[in-house]
Amino acid sequence: MRIGDAKQTYEADEAIWTTSTQKFWFGLSLLFLLVFPFMADSYLLYLGCLVGIAVISTTGLNILTGFTGLISLGQAGFMGVGAYTVAWLSVNTGLPFPVTLLLAGFMAAAVGILVGLPSLRVKGLYLAIATLAASVFLHFIFAEWESVTGGMGGLSLEPAHLFGWSFQSDFMMYFVIVPLAVLMVLAAANVFRTRIGRAFIAIRDRDISAEILGIDLLRYKLMSFALSSFYAGIAGGLFAYFYRVVTPESFPLSMSIFYLAAVIVGGMGNLLGGILGAAFMTLVPEALKLLTSALTPFYPNAPVFMSPMLEIIFGALIVGFLIFEPHGLAEIWHRIRRFFHLWPFKN
Amino acid sequence: MSILEISNLSLSFGGVKALQEVSFRVPENTITTIIGPNGAGKTSLFNCISGFYKPQQGTISYQGQVLSSGIKPPRRAALGLARTFQNIALFRGMTVLDNIKLGAHVHMKSGLLSALAYFGPARREEIAVRRNIEQRIIDFLEIDHIRRQPVSSLSYGLQKRVELARALAMQPTVLMLDEPVAGMNREEKEDMARFILDIREEWDITVLMVEHDMGMVMDISDHIAVLNFGQVITEGLPADVQKNPEVIKAYLGNSDIDSLRKKLNPEGVAA
Repeated sequence: MRIGDAKQTYEADEAIWTTSTQKFWFGLSLLFLLVFPFMADSYLLYLGCLVGIAVISTTGLNILTGFTGLISLGQAGFMGVGAYTVAWLSVNTGLPFPVTLLLAGFMAAAVGILVGLPSLRVKGLYLAIATLAASVFLHFIFAEWESVTGGMGGLSLEPAHLFGWSFQSDFMMYFVIVPLAVLMVLAAANVFRTRIGRAFIAIRDRDISAEILGIDLLRYKLMSFALSSFYAGIAGGLFAYFYRVVTPESFPLSMSIFYLAAVIVGGMGNLLGGILGAAFMTLVPEALKLLTSALTPFYPNAPVFMSPMLEIIFGALIVGFLIFEPHGLAEIWHRIRRFFHLWPFKN
Repeated sequence: MSILEISNLSLSFGGVKALQEVSFRVPENTITTIIGPNGAGKTSLFNCISGFYKPQQGTISYQGQVLSSGIKPPRRAALGLARTFQNIALFRGMTVLDNIKLGAHVHMKSGLLSALAYFGPARREEIAVRRNIEQRIIDFLEIDHIRRQPVSSLSYGLQKRVELARALAMQPTVLMLDEPVAGMNREEKEDMARFILDIREEWDITVLMVEHDMGMVMDISDHIAVLNFGQVITEGLPADVQKNPEVIKAYLGNSDIDSLRKKLNPEGVAA
């Protein structure tokens, strides 16, 4: 337990960051995110943008799977809906990108509500299969509805424009993606200190008691689906502006599994976990590649040996984390924090 | 005047008749207790009132209005019917405070958009609810020392108390308690009995309770209904119910009157 953080008001007690240490670290992280693009090379910038997109989508899936307890394998499909919405709007209309992004979110949310409809009756693995079916169905639409989606060839779009600025480079996109990611994670944190977020968690923990407390299960499950897919839609829209080409193969089923893994590795039902999980899942494969190229001068045939090993090492790392810390990376972080609460007087 | 009136209620699962033409009244602002042996249908009756079971026959009138089976549990909660469960139904991973706040859910209005923004209406509402819970409920039930703890780390007696707190946060008109003191030690039972009496007197809430602890039932009830094999044997004042030969038979199944008196009226034996 924390000591010495007595509060004078309920407002202060209900804040996201209740200690000055937490505020300090949050400020420092923001500063880092601001300075990062000016220091980083193009490769790191590219990775930064990817992590940002992944954080948004993982946070969305965390709301649905981690907090509301509804397993979904449809996240890539919802991202696809967002990406195609942005691509179609930018090809066919002159709408500025904040508008197209918002519409992408709402479009994905609408599809999410439809996919979520069975969730009142089916739970757990059965719901996973239902959402899997939906994502196969969405993939089919992306590939076959040629007049809108361009079929297998997909759609190419112009860089995002706003007030005469062109968001063509990764550097410019960074300043769209990362602030949005920060904002959306904070908005999610807000939800979980109000009645809506508590209702989600109540449904996850014990849906019968949730009902007795006056929580309408269908309404809140659909709300969770809508919110989660809204996040996916925004992430998908950013993906479209980032790569500027959207094809059915951009959003394979393995991507849904990637996000589910990010939520689980990071820590289900923990927003910080979603961030850590997204970063882990995006960066570790890259780090392993870097390791390979670092080894090449010493072992010339390292690439031959390492390339098949990468997948195995990555998989083993995930399994390792799950065994040693089932509550995810967020729990490791909390343990480190607890250690420093009373350090150096106690360890 | 009765706030809740059950008439001719019948419920069966397949061939099992859980309730057979059950009728009784819950007078307003009383502590009414349903007693009866295990399997008599007490919890089934609770589940009918809160809307989980749909009785095949009969009606439940609440504040003069018939609750049709179309009125689902969340709606009944909003109408002021709160309950606790026999096997505690708290959200174990959440803190005590969050559990109690969930009780206030039906009386809060913030939508998704204001929740995402938090600052503004959502925050005002959250703070108002927090203040109300802290000052009225947490203080009253003496659980301020555990408000930050996850429910799973609490003792059984405290968990029961937190469940009562959550039900109170629903601002109920009728509070249904399913075995509020089961598994508690003497001190915890006395606390709980005191809380229940205060709830009736200071909060003007009608209490409907199912309980096996005869000492407490006889001490604090204003009105008792006895259920056996899905039927109401008798209802009335505690003193009358205690003497009723049907009740004696239901509890013992034989004519061992002395040991029954001991069971129904422990104070009398002590005296």
